[in-house]
Amino acid sequence: MIRFFANANYDFMGARRWAYAATAAVAIPGLVLLLFRGLNQSIEFTGGTLIEVTSQSPQVNEGSIRSALDAAGLRGAEVQTYGAPNEFVIRTRLSPTAERSEGATQQTAVAVDSALTHAFGANQARVGRYEAVGPKVGGELRQKALLAILLSFGATLVYLWFRFEWRFGLAAVAATGHDIVLTVSFISLMHLEVSLVVVAAILTIVGYSLNDTIIIFDRVRENLRRYKRQYLYDVLNLSVNQTLPRSILTHGTTAAATIALLVLAGEVIRPFAWVMSFGIITGTFSSVYIASPLLMIIEHRWPGEDARGARGSAPPPHGAVVPAATPPA
Amino acid sequence: MPANIRNRLLIIAGLVLISIGPPPISWLGIGLWPRQETIRTRGADGRMRDTVVDRVPIKQGLDLQGGIHLALEVDQSRGAVADPSGALERALRVIRTRIDEFGVAEPLVQRVGNDRIVVELPGLGDPARARSIIQRSAFLEFRITDMQNTFRAVIPQIDAALRKAGVRSTGAAPGGVSAVEQLLGRDTTKKADTTAAADSLNAAGPLSSLLFQGSIEGEFLVPEEDFLRADSLIHMPEVERLIPRGIELLWSAGPISQAARSFYGLYAVDRRPIITGEYLADAQAQIDPTYNQAVANFQLTRAGGRIFSRATGQHVNDYMAIVLDGRVQGRPPVIKSQIGQRGQIELGNASLQDAQDLALTLRAGALPAPLTIIEERTVGPSLGKDSIDKGMRAAVVGTVVVMLIMGVYYRVAGLLAVAALGFYVVFLLGGLALFGATLSMPGLAAFVLSIGIAVDANVLINERIREELAHNKTLRAALDAGFQHAMPAIVDSNLSTILTALFLFQFGTGPVKGFAITLVLGILASFLSAVFITRTFFLIWIQRRPAMKELSI
Repeated sequence: MIRFFANANYDFMGARRWAYAATAAVAIPGLVLLLFRGLNQSIEFTGGTLIEVTSQSPQVNEGSIRSALDAAGLRGAEVQTYGAPNEFVIRTRLSPTAERSEGATQQTAVAVDSALTHAFGANQARVGRYEAVGPKVGGELRQKALLAILLSFGATLVYLWFRFEWRFGLAAVAATGHDIVLTVSFISLMHLEVSLVVVAAILTIVGYSLNDTIIIFDRVRENLRRYKRQYLYDVLNLSVNQTLPRSILTHGTTAAATIALLVLAGEVIRPFAWVMSFGIITGTFSSVYIASPLLMIIEHRWPGEDARGARGSAPPPHGAVVPAATPPA
Repeated sequence: MPANIRNRLLIIAGLVLISIGPPPISWLGIGLWPRQETIRTRGADGRMRDTVVDRVPIKQGLDLQGGIHLALEVDQSRGAVADPSGALERALRVIRTRIDEFGVAEPLVQRVGNDRIVVELPGLGDPARARSIIQRSAFLEFRITDMQNTFRAVIPQIDAALRKAGVRSTGAAPGGVSAVEQLLGRDTTKKADTTAAADSLNAAGPLSSLLFQGSIEGEFLVPEEDFLRADSLIHMPEVERLIPRGIELLWSAGPISQAARSFYGLYAVDRRPIITGEYLADAQAQIDPTYNQAVANFQLTRAGGRIFSRATGQHVNDYMAIVLDGRVQGRPPVIKSQIGQRGQIELGNASLQDAQDLALTLRAGALPAPLTIIEERTVGPSLGKDSIDKGMRAAVVGTVVVMLIMGVYYRVAGLLAVAALGFYVVFLLGGLALFGATLSMPGLAAFVLSIGIAVDANVLINERIREELAHNKTLRAALDAGFQHAMPAIVDSNLSTILTALFLFQFGTGPVKGFAITLVLGILASFLSAVFITRTFFLIWIQRRPAMKELSI
């Protein structure tokens, strides 16, 4: 029988300060960058045009596309390779100061198309994908995405409120908030394009991480009933260790699936796959290193009825006697 | 076999049957079994017509099959439009009449909310053409048909010219013209006149062999299968030269059914309209209480009233073709008397619906609705194909890796979970078919993701069973306790994910909706397969090996 980490007895709680440091290491640069550079919002949200071009001709490259666009008077367009070296994406975003007319994005798209045909000849640069979003739709989609995030967060809160007593709920919510912050930092660091699909990935991550936290907290609750005289610190460690094989296996399989998406499923879905893959890691991390220590802090600050808080949530400095991770009777 | 296991197997068989849905279940419109669906296809004659095909009822999103998605709104930037909702309705009408011009199999033209039209054109790769077709403003004219039969008079000359140009007649001159004519239900007062004319059409000329005289002057019927041939003939320079000055040939908007056959109407009409849409003020449909028949009332502007009254005064008892965008709409009505600013088109025993359609056509021509494109997405067919290939490859690789991990880690118990995954795939696809969901690229991602979620339940269960076994419980007891203890956690994780997916569904656009619905269905399917089906497998396993002391888990 293969068993990973069976009867593990790692001191997860003791490593919590390292975990805080790791969070800060991702979050601080990510958020600082976010402040200066902003999110790389897709044209779905900003309004604008996106044209994906494939070319077999060697004379078509980022520079020549840019100069073709400049020659046609289309300044400020972004040109990037996209996946393969002969695939390019041309983006023009509506600037907030631009004339907010609905027809403008259309005209831009047509102009880009004709500039390419003019520079490279007909059918030299084949348009694979083409999107034009007017300012009105852009604004609506941005609003809808925000609403979806807020409402699903609210629903999660209500769900937790029913599911756990408030101390557990608060810890779980804080851990989920941590996941969102870290994921946004990651997106900011990687400069991933935030589209509706990426928002969907973030929300899925929220659900995923929450589920992981719930599974550990369920174990904590069970163990609290069983080991009534243990320190909370030890009960939390025990619970995390008991659920460790499950965590490793589940996250391993889900990560395998999302990494397959990341590597194989192509450019269109890649930002989604990045966010999912990162989210699985941070979701696991937060359930272990963030949610559980937070629960301890909250219990310490506002002791629960079973008086565990009164005994002190932290163990003696050295050599606590802890029961082996025996399965429930 | 104990009743318990038998019942479980029966339920599983039932679920699989519903998901796959062979007849007669497919008659209920559920399941994956290929179903009859109506799509429009371009026939050999170049016209679009409805065809019924059998196919698996899972739609592919535009991002997978390629195509154009357009969202349009009434353009109010150049001055407010008086009745935006009505303008939208008229625009919808115009786009629907032009639907064939797109030349795609399954166009979707849909009103969304109060102020938006969504047009989806799968498989079309030319956005410029789609834009021009949609944004062209509608043009309505009333034109008098060729009452003097000047066109019919030159048909023999046209035939001769065509023969000279080397065009042969198709050989089979339409026999039984009179039989068809009888079935056409012609106006009896004009019978003597037109029968004679029809006989002259009976000649086996290249053009005349394709034409049947219609029931009114200037109307000819062309069998649907001859449409393309007739259309190319009348556009040959030799023929155009012979068409009398002041006469134009126009096709009907759609096929006309007569005597169980389908015809296209070819109308010889005056080149000059007696009035155009710009003079129309409004049109409404109603049931005329006196005769209890559907009528379309229309009202002209004051200037229009003067023009129309003069024109109709000259054309009493003539037929007036209603032409929208160069296509004759319906059969031309007869002008009964001089008409001023207000007129009424009687539709005989047609339904109120037909009258409403006509009124909408009139309004569409009268008040063209300027549309602006507010969103456009085009995916080339090759990119769509590429996305499917890559997405499928990722799905297969992801699934195989997950299966390998389960098989290696949990051995036989893992293989049971893997077998249950097979059922999961069937259930999920069945669910997608049931809800008519569209499979998009994010949907494929959700599919892969929910495989991960599906095994999570099995992992939870198997871990619990291992714990129980380590505690020296009997196999059966460990099994029951394992499933029982894992259940709250499984329900929790599924519920929290479904909650999020529901919000995504509510607020997402097309692809994100596809993601959300695939995720929800995936979670439900995984719950069934991981909990119910795996447990059944376990029960059978233990039942068949009563002496087994150790579980391969």
